[in-house]
Amino acid sequence: MGMKADIRLIDDNGLRIDGRLPNQLRPIRMEVGVVKRADGSAYVEWGGNKIMAAVYGPREAYPKHVQDPNRAIVRARYNMASFSVDERKRPGPDRRSIELSKVISEALTSVIFVEKFPRTAIDVYIEVLQADAGTRVAGITAASLALADAGIPMRDLIVGCAAGKVDGVVVLDLNKEEDNYGEADVPMAILPRTGEIALLQMDGDMTYEELTNAMEMAMEAAREIYRMEIEALKGRYGGDVNE
Amino acid sequence: MSNTSKFSEGVVAESKRSYIKRLATQGMRIDGRNFDEIRPIKITTGYVPRAEGSALVELGETKVLVGVKIEPGEPFPDTPNMGIMTTNVELVPLASPTFEPGPPSEEAIELARVVDRGIRESHAIDMEKLVIEEGEKVWIVFIDMHILDYHGNLFDACGIAAIAALNNAIVPASRYGFGDDFKLPLNHYPVPVTFAKIGEWIVADPNLDEESIASARLTVTTNEEGKINAMQKGLYGTFTYDEVKKVINRSLDIGKKVRDKILGDANGEED
Amino acid sequence: MEEKKRVRDIVVPGEEIRVEGKPGRGVFVENGKMYSAYLGILDVRAGYVNVIPLSGCYIPKKGDKVIGKIVDLAPMNWVVDINAPYYAPLHVNDVPWRVEFGDTGRFLSIGDVILAKVSNVNELGQVWITMKEPGLRKLEGGHIIKIAPSKVPRVIGKGGSMIQMLKDYTNCRIYVGQNGMIWISGSPDGIITVIKAIRMIENEAHTYGLTDRIKEFLERGEE
Repeated sequence: MGMKADIRLIDDNGLRIDGRLPNQLRPIRMEVGVVKRADGSAYVEWGGNKIMAAVYGPREAYPKHVQDPNRAIVRARYNMASFSVDERKRPGPDRRSIELSKVISEALTSVIFVEKFPRTAIDVYIEVLQADAGTRVAGITAASLALADAGIPMRDLIVGCAAGKVDGVVVLDLNKEEDNYGEADVPMAILPRTGEIALLQMDGDMTYEELTNAMEMAMEAAREIYRMEIEALKGRYGGDVNE
Repeated sequence: MSNTSKFSEGVVAESKRSYIKRLATQGMRIDGRNFDEIRPIKITTGYVPRAEGSALVELGETKVLVGVKIEPGEPFPDTPNMGIMTTNVELVPLASPTFEPGPPSEEAIELARVVDRGIRESHAIDMEKLVIEEGEKVWIVFIDMHILDYHGNLFDACGIAAIAALNNAIVPASRYGFGDDFKLPLNHYPVPVTFAKIGEWIVADPNLDEESIASARLTVTTNEEGKINAMQKGLYGTFTYDEVKKVINRSLDIGKKVRDKILGDANGEED
Repeated sequence: MEEKKRVRDIVVPGEEIRVEGKPGRGVFVENGKMYSAYLGILDVRAGYVNVIPLSGCYIPKKGDKVIGKIVDLAPMNWVVDINAPYYAPLHVNDVPWRVEFGDTGRFLSIGDVILAKVSNVNELGQVWITMKEPGLRKLEGGHIIKIAPSKVPRVIGKGGSMIQMLKDYTNCRIYVGQNGMIWISGSPDGIITVIKAIRMIENEAHTYGLTDRIKEFLERGEE
């Protein structure tokens, strides 16, 4: 957010630079069971994002002092590959990825029946292979699929989705240019069954009306993404998607 | 709650947990506040005269010291005509038995980044006025936050102290031979307000006990124009959409009062 | 069975289950409605609605026969990996031999594979196992493979029919642990065939007519 754009991000017809309408998602593709060695895994392509997630556990948590006697701890690690962005990123965790790992871990914990596995860790590794804005919400979507694939008991799936503001217009699912030059970004993670909000961040400059419009737009789109999640999970087993 | 989180008192006595919840059913809190009431704020600006700006903020018993240092340096290549700001939090081990020496914990990083977002996204500092020579030399504003006593809600204590310290900062131009010193130019005054969800209740400015048993946390940073500049949800619980809307609205109200306090105190000092 | 590879009802976590019956395993109830806790197969029997997970780790239950691997030794016990979230201790009093203090390594050493029984599980998930019962023993030679524990019942089949069929066709000795560890002993060709068949069962566990297809495979000898 915040950089000034020389380009117009919304044209006279109200279309965005990639031709989308304000409330339109980028193309999304999901696949489950892509890492054979993992207990569960998933791959999500979302616009130009290519993101892989794998789950290991529940397994006894080490080092021992991180164990919780009442529940499993969920350790998500969000990591961007050095080559995932235009300018090479130094490998390893930076402050941003540490923060994102934390909020993603917390959001995932909210749906997992963690009390079933005291003293264990459920490790969720999210690798951003190519980044194109919205990596955390695509990553959390992949993580949700990987957790389900790993047979982790959960009270709901999780859907990640973002909305924001570009050239004064509230739009869904910002792309790279919109993220760089837009005015606000609101990444969310939503429990599709209950509508609860498990992850919510925001940065930029928005009025109350703009912000609530953006959140409602993301929650609406979450239903569509939820359908894709169900399709990916059931499709893996050749299941009937429509009930 | 995890017993490993730095922002809790470790294992919480079950009696305390149920007492706090029982009080909540009667609209009460353990320290006698109502749900939307924040603890008393005391702001001492200029606490560290050696820093270019500083503020000691006491939010109830929580104590945070922010020092601002301003030095010349190279601009980022993609923003040659703008100054630079960085934020850092140190969970100094003297402030809590749960803080340990060592590299910044994820809690410290999250805290610093949430405060940073509020200041950066509101364009609080007029970065374009911090250019010494375009593309060559700009002023770098270091906002360093030291936690001195941890009794809950560091997000708000740090955010308040940071903007109070910035508001009282002087750019030390003469020290480096770049003309006269001048007041750090500020355009906006972002203020974070944090809420904790306890059972089905949502309280403003959680104290240590409340924070230790909270299921979810939401910080909303707003500016003097009533704009929202940053949000951060934390912890393992969730919020409903209605709760989020309520929290944003209350943050706007409470943020305004806190801002008046920050600016009022600062003006008082200048007299 | 009916047409080939017809798929059983698959549900995802949080999906509402609109089927008559009492909530059984793998489901949870919220505001009077029943939901699946797993990505799994809907299974209604004896008036209970269950969801059988399609994957996931082994959750030990008292009485389960499991296959484990010794991963550590102590003076009075062995530490056994039974493919659960936690390792299980095997105490010297729970083996069919008289073991002197500190002499555990002479009876079972690291890497040895045993057939054991879960003797106790507490609410913290801690597990104890025993070998003090007829048939429980150290498994020598052979080969070990791992499958999703939730698919063990399919590998065993109704009344042990599937596993018996595998044994009959290949002349292999096979032990299936409830924890998804399977020990196979026999000729190399036999073992390869058993593994192929088990992988087939694992991949198609959620379909109908599986027994017939496995039989066909064994008769053909090749997939």
